[in-house]
Amino acid sequence: MQKEPRQAVAESVTDRCRNEFLTFSLGGEDYGVDILRVQEIRGWEAVTRIPNSPLYVKGVLNLRGTIVPVFDLRLRIGMPGREYTKGTVVVVLRIVGSDGEKNIGIVVDGVSDVLNMDAAEIQRVPDFGSRLNTEFIVGMVSAGKKMVMLLDVDRLAPDTIHVQKQRVGAA
Amino acid sequence: MSQFHQVFFEESFEGLEVMESGLLNMDPGEVDAEQINAIFRAAHSIKGGSGTFGFSDIAAFTHIMETLLDEMRDGRRLVTDRALEVLLRSVDVLREMLTAASGKGDLDEESVKAQMQELEAVLNDHVGEPASGSDIDAGSNATLHEVIGWHLVFRPLPRMMQTGNDPLRILRELASLGDMEVECDVSLLPGFAQFDPEECYLSWNIHLNGGVDRVQIDEVFDWVEDDCDLAVMPLHADAPELSEADNPTKKIIGDSALNVTEAEEPYGPDRRKSGDRRKGDRRVEQRRASAAPPSNSIRVDITKIDTLINMVGELVITQSMLSMLGENFHIGQVDRLQEGLAQLERHTREMQESVMQIRMLPISFTFSRFPRLVHDLSTQLGKKIELRMSGENTEVDKTVIEKIGDPLVHLVRNSLDHGIEMPDQRIAAGKPETGVVELNAFHNGGSIVIEIRDDGRGLDADRIRRKAIEKGLIEESDKMSDQQIYELIFQAGFSTADKVNDVSGRGVGMDVVRRNINELGGNIEIESELGRGSAIIIRLPLTLAILDGQIISVGDEIYIVPLISIIESLQVHPDSINLVAGRGEAFKLRDEYLPIVRLHEVFGIEGYRAQDLKDGLLVVVEGDGRRCGILVDDLIGQQQVVIKSLEANYGRVEGVSGATILGDGSVALILDIPGIMRLTNQSPELQLVKRTA
Repeated sequence: MQKEPRQAVAESVTDRCRNEFLTFSLGGEDYGVDILRVQEIRGWEAVTRIPNSPLYVKGVLNLRGTIVPVFDLRLRIGMPGREYTKGTVVVVLRIVGSDGEKNIGIVVDGVSDVLNMDAAEIQRVPDFGSRLNTEFIVGMVSAGKKMVMLLDVDRLAPDTIHVQKQRVGAA
Repeated sequence: MSQFHQVFFEESFEGLEVMESGLLNMDPGEVDAEQINAIFRAAHSIKGGSGTFGFSDIAAFTHIMETLLDEMRDGRRLVTDRALEVLLRSVDVLREMLTAASGKGDLDEESVKAQMQELEAVLNDHVGEPASGSDIDAGSNATLHEVIGWHLVFRPLPRMMQTGNDPLRILRELASLGDMEVECDVSLLPGFAQFDPEECYLSWNIHLNGGVDRVQIDEVFDWVEDDCDLAVMPLHADAPELSEADNPTKKIIGDSALNVTEAEEPYGPDRRKSGDRRKGDRRVEQRRASAAPPSNSIRVDITKIDTLINMVGELVITQSMLSMLGENFHIGQVDRLQEGLAQLERHTREMQESVMQIRMLPISFTFSRFPRLVHDLSTQLGKKIELRMSGENTEVDKTVIEKIGDPLVHLVRNSLDHGIEMPDQRIAAGKPETGVVELNAFHNGGSIVIEIRDDGRGLDADRIRRKAIEKGLIEESDKMSDQQIYELIFQAGFSTADKVNDVSGRGVGMDVVRRNINELGGNIEIESELGRGSAIIIRLPLTLAILDGQIISVGDEIYIVPLISIIESLQVHPDSINLVAGRGEAFKLRDEYLPIVRLHEVFGIEGYRAQDLKDGLLVVVEGDGRRCGILVDDLIGQQQVVIKSLEANYGRVEGVSGATILGDGSVALILDIPGIMRLTNQSPELQLVKRTA
């Protein structure tokens, strides 16, 4: 599960003139992130919880000596959470926040593929009105029968991580 | 060339420090040749360096300072208060110029010009004032005034360029001394076929105009004395009167400076009013404070490096021993393996310590600015203040040095402004007229302590209390100990100064000071006695990168408590627990009631074991001058941990100062004790009992 995407990543780097996206599944839906932002894909391991953080912050992990926060992508974009399984994967991303570059990890149900496509094929996000939270989605592409939603990874980090207000509580 | 720039700037800034402290140590009317020499040497090397690197305006500026110093050194000039002041201010301007040259700031050319004028004014005003009419002085003065220039015949030997000297450089340096006319003698130039490009065939006739000192000329030729024929003949003016001789001298010095700096316009004839200057000085000083250059390089004592190299050698030996052992390992060698591992551990620890040593710098880097600050401020405030410093050689982490400067400046300013009384008030209070401010630094346990003590009026608890009530920080009915009242001055927007002045009193500051110090992992305390003085005590961890931690567990979670904040750990008897207002818990430790903080409640930890107080352990900790007992499940062990930033990728977390990586690769959070106390104060159901001493 983990190795295949890594190989795919390695092969795709040779062809940079096209946009490449790492796609992964999340509750039956497909999402993609710019592959150049992906640092590492690793299986889910227990992380160290951060006290009094929002629910979607699972904790921090040790990425070769730096402390990287891990967010549950389902909870972050407002989907219901799910038990973690053997297939659960953490994708470590490089994001550009208001105060410089950061690394974050996102928990997804499983990585699927690398999509190779022209910028022209990317469509704008249709207006779902208020029914759907599209704040994190920058565009959509169709890959075969599937529709892949492209994530704006820079938005995934909380704007101000002064998150004490949203207490998880002991419950 | 640019790789030397950094070195030049570093050395120049050091030179400025030397000049500054030297000038501060000089007393008017007294000629301490050693002292002046030290200042002169510093100025001279700055001049030389800046000339070499093409900062001609700095060279020209320093040159005037040098001239002044030179005359003082030779006793041709009285060391006056005014001259010292002007020189001190020139050091500031020079620092500004150097900072600008290093590309880190803008240069206020106006202030440079003004200062240059000032210097020249001093140079000229006092030339005619011989030192108490001594014969020698009069004599040297006379020669100085008669000589309006020099005629030099400079004939380099052919081998001169092979020794690495360049006649052009010498000519350039001569040109920086004054107006120069040069004639080149090419008579010895051979035919093109015989021409050896490494030999020098030219010689020069030079007319150097201006009140240049023979010493200065000799200095230019210092390096090439043996490689050239040199004749230096003074040019005399047509018997001018003493006072008139001043003017050409002045003019020529001014001109020479102009030529060198290539300034677009001559200096305006009017000197700025002293009020303006004062404003300018202030600006310079502020800029200096803000631009205290945080250099990226570090000068390390060679012995520290040697120790490190030895240590690496040892490590390599141990490593090869272990790898040999590993090749043919059988169970009988377990003892040797353990021995080897123990050795490895020892070497690693020693190496860690010596690497940390490299980051350590003496605190004098920070302290050195205070003599000047106290000198300037006491003059400005009209107070008599003596600064005593001790423990300047105490070593602290480089980051601490960089960050502690501004808070210390603030605290010292506060002491001078609010602490020390005016001389008449002091006499009326039966104290010596001169107030004393002490700056002490020393090691205490695992931390470094910096104290700022003064024998001034001390903090007035009543006044602070009234002010705090007025500002709505506390209630009229609150009962507080003096200590707690002193703590109030760290609140944002709190100032008891009756009127705001330049020095302090705007109420921005003490809260910032405390925040800065907390950021460094330290804390700050106040001791005070009304009428007798006060002391501010800052405790900082020795190093910021590594800390001694106590590993604790609550439920399945592991946390690190900095060992420095732990006072003791104990098991509590249920009898010693008191309920406060039916909810908050406190226990009595000797004669003190301490609130109990259940970490699992504060951090929302599940699966904790210590449901009941007697099932867990209380870790008594201190932070921000307050104590409390933190209830944990278990103490696991002590370990040195490397501090990693949580903020780099995530953000600040209240109650957590950072994270570290444990031996098994997992992450553990480091508790921020003051932060945890703040957290517990926020939740009303855990309202803490105030410490009742």
